[in-house]
Amino acid sequence: MTTSRKRFTAPQRLLHWLMAICILTMLFIGVGMVSTITSKYLTLVQIHKPLGIAILALALIRLTLRIFYGAPALPPDLPEPIKLAANLSQYIFYALMIGMPLIGWGMLSAASYPVVLFGSVHLPSILPLNPSLHTWLWRAHHYLAFAFFAFILMHVAAILFHKLIRNDGIFETMAPVLTRDEPK
Amino acid sequence: MAEPSTSPGTFRLKPLLIIATVVVVAAVAFAYTAGWLTPHRITPKKLVAALAPPGGPALGYRRNHAKGICFTGTFEANGDGSALSKATVFERGQYPVVGRFNLGTADPKAADAMVRVRGLGVQIMTPDGQQWRSAMIDAPIFAVSTPQGFYELLTASGSKEPDAMKNFIAAHPEFLGFLGWVKGAPWTESYAEEHYNSLNSFLFVDSAGTTHAVRWSLVPAAQPVPITPDELAKRGPDYLEQEITQRVAAGPQRWTMVVTVANPGDPTADPTKAWPSDRRTVEVGTLTVQQIEPERDGPCLNINFDPTVLPSGIATSDDPFPAARSAAYSRSYNSRTAEASNYPGTGAKQ
Repeated sequence: MTTSRKRFTAPQRLLHWLMAICILTMLFIGVGMVSTITSKYLTLVQIHKPLGIAILALALIRLTLRIFYGAPALPPDLPEPIKLAANLSQYIFYALMIGMPLIGWGMLSAASYPVVLFGSVHLPSILPLNPSLHTWLWRAHHYLAFAFFAFILMHVAAILFHKLIRNDGIFETMAPVLTRDEPK
Repeated sequence: MAEPSTSPGTFRLKPLLIIATVVVVAAVAFAYTAGWLTPHRITPKKLVAALAPPGGPALGYRRNHAKGICFTGTFEANGDGSALSKATVFERGQYPVVGRFNLGTADPKAADAMVRVRGLGVQIMTPDGQQWRSAMIDAPIFAVSTPQGFYELLTASGSKEPDAMKNFIAAHPEFLGFLGWVKGAPWTESYAEEHYNSLNSFLFVDSAGTTHAVRWSLVPAAQPVPITPDELAKRGPDYLEQEITQRVAAGPQRWTMVVTVANPGDPTADPTKAWPSDRRTVEVGTLTVQQIEPERDGPCLNINFDPTVLPSGIATSDDPFPAARSAAYSRSYNSRTAEASNYPGTGAKQ
């Protein structure tokens, strides 16, 4: 779905950059917490859970806005393989943004851990205690986290390619502020 | 003023270098955070691996305290704990418990008489959905002051170097206090006769928001009957599990939960340092063990007795162990549940 707008709407852009910070923070916390036995472990775990749920909520809002407002059209001269990659990457990112928190929540549920957000606020269990289910979800959470980070690196490389090499206006569709003169 | 756009296809090195730099810097930062660039960091993986016997870990079992038996019962709070903590679990009432008696060994087939440390894990559930998990042992103090020290203890005791333990003790003189308990304290003939201690310090937060540094113990109602390890060995390798099964079948077994409150300045960050015996204690309730169940297919099998699963009103303190234990227990849980098919008798069911 596309729109005649040249840029994403302001709420979409705000959500994109806010979530970029949240998700990068989340991925660093994730790999950091599972590699330490210091007291940082607990601090990081305590951030990881509520932040994950926050990302899930933001992703659902963002998906709604995306369906409602659509996205600016890609430049017509963009080669087909790049167009395909650009479109596919959006599906992948939405799947990961929504899937990862759900997998994490399900993984904790399947291990019978209480899903504590803060204080006495906790989420209900969404799956029964089940070791093989836990293992499946734990592995998915683990490997998809690395895939997520790899996709973000590709995404950053691609957008820098659009900005610095093609300068085709794609970066500006999501830029927080305009970084080049609007075409007259 | 924006840079004038060049036609696609014109090769320029600078933008490519910028892109490569951004990607490489981000990837290196990620790898550093993951510990891949700092091999000396003690990770949960390394700590758990150090627990394993020379032949490797027993697949499907807890990586430590591998031998154990499940129980169910109740925790009956008398209401007195509410003066120290706002946690629901201290409000007068009866709450269901899933627990596990265990031996401090990585070998699930170890003979009872070969294992000095006995433990008890509990999970107390309150109707508001909160949980309190605790894993306690019968030693009155811990072996080492820091998780780093524990890793060094594991490394030294698994080492083939003749002087490894001597060097370890020289670097960790606090270990001698624990060794004194190991050699001097009487053994008992039953899990029911053990006094189990949290060892780690936690913070109780009362309804006014005031924190109290505490440790807790489960004090048995059963009178301890001393036994020598030799006599215990004669009763068979799994005597403790048989004994507790019969004893609980004959009647529920009880422990009083006693909370000890630290005075200002008492060492909370070091579980090798006992607090003076005149510290204020509060009896907060009674643990009743009503039924013993084999671990296989039992209610405790797939529970991780992570001591940082705490209700609102109980928090970790400056004691570094609960964090390290939580990190290691999680690693152990992920490994053993992935190997569930190796656990005898349960594989086909999962």
